[in-house]
Amino acid sequence: MEEQNDLIPIYIMGKRYLVPSTLTIMKAMEYAGYKLIRGVGCRGGFCGACATAYRIGDDPKLYFGLACQTVVEAGMYLAQIPFFPAPRATYDITQMEPTANTLFSTYPEVLRCLGCGACTKACPQDIDVRTYMAAGMKGNIAEVADISFDCIMCGLCAARCPAEEAQYNIAILARRLYGRYLAPRSEHLRERLEEIEAGKFDAELEALKGLSKEELTAQYKARDIEPK
Amino acid sequence: MSIYSPEMEESIRKVEATRARRIKETVAAMSLEEREAILEGFHPDYKDETFHAIRVGVSKDQRMPIELAKIVEGRPHIGPDFDLSAPIAETDVLVIGGGGAGASAALLAQEQGAKVTLATKLRFGDANTMMAQGGIQAADRPEDNPAIHYLDVIGGGHFTNVPELVEALVMDAPFVIKWLEDLGMMFDKEPDGTMVEAHGGGTSRKRMHSARDYSGAEIMRTLRDEVRNRENPAQGAPITVIEFSPVVELALDGEGRVAGAIVMNLETEAYHFIKAKAVVMATGGSGRLHYQGFPTTNHHGATADGIVLAYRAGAPLGYLESMQYHPTGAAFPEQIVGLLVTEKVRGLGAKPVNKHGELFVYPLEPRDVEAAALIRECRERNNGVVTPTGQPGVWLDSPMIEIIHGPGTIQKALPAMVRQFGRFGIDITQEPMLVYPTLHYQNGGVQLKADCSTEVPGLFIAGEVSGGVHGHNRLMGNSLLEITVFGRRAGRSAVAYARQVKVGQPSLAHVDAWNRELEEAGVDTGVVSPIQLPDYTRRE
Repeated sequence: MEEQNDLIPIYIMGKRYLVPSTLTIMKAMEYAGYKLIRGVGCRGGFCGACATAYRIGDDPKLYFGLACQTVVEAGMYLAQIPFFPAPRATYDITQMEPTANTLFSTYPEVLRCLGCGACTKACPQDIDVRTYMAAGMKGNIAEVADISFDCIMCGLCAARCPAEEAQYNIAILARRLYGRYLAPRSEHLRERLEEIEAGKFDAELEALKGLSKEELTAQYKARDIEPK
Repeated sequence: MSIYSPEMEESIRKVEATRARRIKETVAAMSLEEREAILEGFHPDYKDETFHAIRVGVSKDQRMPIELAKIVEGRPHIGPDFDLSAPIAETDVLVIGGGGAGASAALLAQEQGAKVTLATKLRFGDANTMMAQGGIQAADRPEDNPAIHYLDVIGGGHFTNVPELVEALVMDAPFVIKWLEDLGMMFDKEPDGTMVEAHGGGTSRKRMHSARDYSGAEIMRTLRDEVRNRENPAQGAPITVIEFSPVVELALDGEGRVAGAIVMNLETEAYHFIKAKAVVMATGGSGRLHYQGFPTTNHHGATADGIVLAYRAGAPLGYLESMQYHPTGAAFPEQIVGLLVTEKVRGLGAKPVNKHGELFVYPLEPRDVEAAALIRECRERNNGVVTPTGQPGVWLDSPMIEIIHGPGTIQKALPAMVRQFGRFGIDITQEPMLVYPTLHYQNGGVQLKADCSTEVPGLFIAGEVSGGVHGHNRLMGNSLLEITVFGRRAGRSAVAYARQVKVGQPSLAHVDAWNRELEEAGVDTGVVSPIQLPDYTRRE
C-alpha cells in the first residue's frame, strides 16, 4: 500500500494503519476504527486517561505523551497505558500531622527513590518529578505540593520507576497535607462563616426571593461594580 | 517559529500594533436591552429550527435541541422482563456518576453512616469537573456578601432562576470553600491567607477562587482521593466504587419509588441490577451531542444519560431550551478546536480583538452575551480571522496580561493554558490565541429543588444533570460551586430518605409504560438510549 495524500503510517499496538498526518493520536485511533472506552477521558489534557508510550521508526528512544494532545508522526509505534497498578495508601487526612514522618510512614518507599529521573522523562506534563521526589525524601511537603501541582495522575511516572514508587499518589498526599495544615488560613472566610451562621444575611435573602422580576431588574441594574 | 499561517501572522501584527493603545481603551458593558438584542440575533439558542418539542412523558411539549430530543424520546436498552431477582449489590445510596457532584454526594452520604455505592461510566473522575479551569465563586470577602452574589446569579440567568436554588447556592458557598480546604484543596492565596479572588463574566465583585488554572482538577482529584480513602474507612460503612459501568435504567417499586438501577459493564457488556433505597443522579451534561454541530469542551462521556433515565422514570425536565456556549473555545490549531480557553484569561485582563486589532465587546459580559458578540463579529461583520481549515475566530490577546500584571504572570496563573498551546508551538505569553464559541454547559436538566429531591420518590439529583439554579445562563465559577453545594445536599437528603423508606418489590413496569407511550404517540427516533458514548469512528 502506498501512502496517499497526507496519509501516514502508524502502528497501533503493532498493527499498521494509514491516518491523516494532522490528527492527534486519539483521533487517529478513532479514524482507524477504534471506538474508545479505555484510554479516553476528558479529551483536553486534564484527566490522564490517555497516557501513551511510543517510538518512532528505528529511533530506539521511548517517548511519552497524552493521546489527546499529541499529533501523530509517520512510523509511530504506540501503545496506550490506560491503567497502571500503582500502590496507594489509605489514610484519614483529619488525623495526620504535616511532617516528614507522616510522609515516610504512609509511603515508606519515598526513601527508596534512586534519583534516576525516569519519572521526569516520562511525565507528559513536563513536571520535574525527580526534584519533587528529592524534596519528599527531605520531608519538604510544601515543595512536593508546589512542584507536583499540575499533575494529572496519569501514572506514567510510576510505570517507569525502577524503585516501584507511585510518585503521583505520594504527591497528592503532600498536596492535601499542605492544603489542610500548612497553607495559611483565610481570616475573611472564617468571619463570613460566622456571619452566615449568625443569620446576618437571612432577612436580605428572604427579601430578594420575594421580589418581582421588575424589582430585581432595577436592583441588578443599580449594582456597583468593583473595579478590576 | 510560529505555526500561524501568513494571513494569521499579518493579523497578529495588527494586534501587536494596537496593543499599547488598547491597554487604556474600554468598550462599555451592554445594557440589559442591548444584551437581549444581540442574543436574539446571534445566540444559538435562538435558532428555532434547531429545536424540537418532545412528544412523550411528563414534560411533553417542552422544547429542547433536536439532538437531545432524539435520545430523550429513545427506546430503552432492556425490556420490562429483565430479571431483577438477583442483584449483584445492595446499598443504601447508589450514586450514579463519578464527577464532582457524585463524589460530594458519596462523601456526605458515607459520613451520615450510609452504605454507598458509586457507579460511573468511565473512570472515577472522568467528568467535566476535571476540566473546569477558572474557579469557584463564593462571597467571602468583606466587600462582598451572599445577597450581591444572588443578584449577579439571577441577573446573569435573565431572572429565570428558581429563587430558592439561588439562595442555597450563594449561602452554602463559603461553607463549601471551607469544606474543600479542610479536605486539603490548595486554593490560590496571599501569604497571609487571604484568598486570591478575581472577576468573572457578569460578576459585580471579585469572588472567583482558583487553584491556578487547574481549579476543577484540584477539586476532583481531592474529592476522589477522599472517596478512595473511604473505600476502606476507619469508621462507618464503606463507599464502593464501580467504574466502566454506566446506568441503563432505573428500577422502581410498585408505588413508583426508586428501588435501584441497572448498570452495564462497558467491557463485558453484561447487565447487572444494583438494589438501592435511594439514588443520586449526578451524570453531568451533554456536550458530546454536539448541538448544531458545535465542537465542545466536554469530556468523552457527556451524553445526557441521567436526563434520559430520570425522565423515563417520571421526573420533569426544565430549561433545556438553553445551552451554554463558552465564548472562548480554541479555534486554532485544528487539533484543539473547541477545547476550553478559560474565562480566567479575560479575568486577568486579556481582551477579545478582531482581525484588525480592534476591541469590539466588553470582555466580561455574561457568557451567552459574550459568545453572541463573538459570533456577530465573525459572521455578520466579517471581522474574524479565518484559519486554513476555514474555522473563524477572533484573537484573545493574552500578552496584555503581562503588560498589566508583569512578566511571569501567565506562567504562574495559567500553566494549563501555556502547556496546551505550547504543545502545538504557540507561546501565549508572546502571541494571542484564536478563539470562537464552543458548546460548554447544559443550563437545564431535571428540575431541581433545594433539597435535591425530584418528583420520583427516592431519586435525588445534583450538578449539571439538573436545571433551575442558573436560569437560562450560568455564570463562570458557579458550576464548580453547584456540584459541591448540591452534591452535598443530595448526599444528605438521600440518607435521610433511605433511613425511613420501605422499598417494595423492584420492577421495570415504567419501562413497559414508556414503550407503550412511544407506540401510542407514534414516536420512533431509531435511537436506543442512553447512548453512553459518542462514536467518532470514521464513516466512509
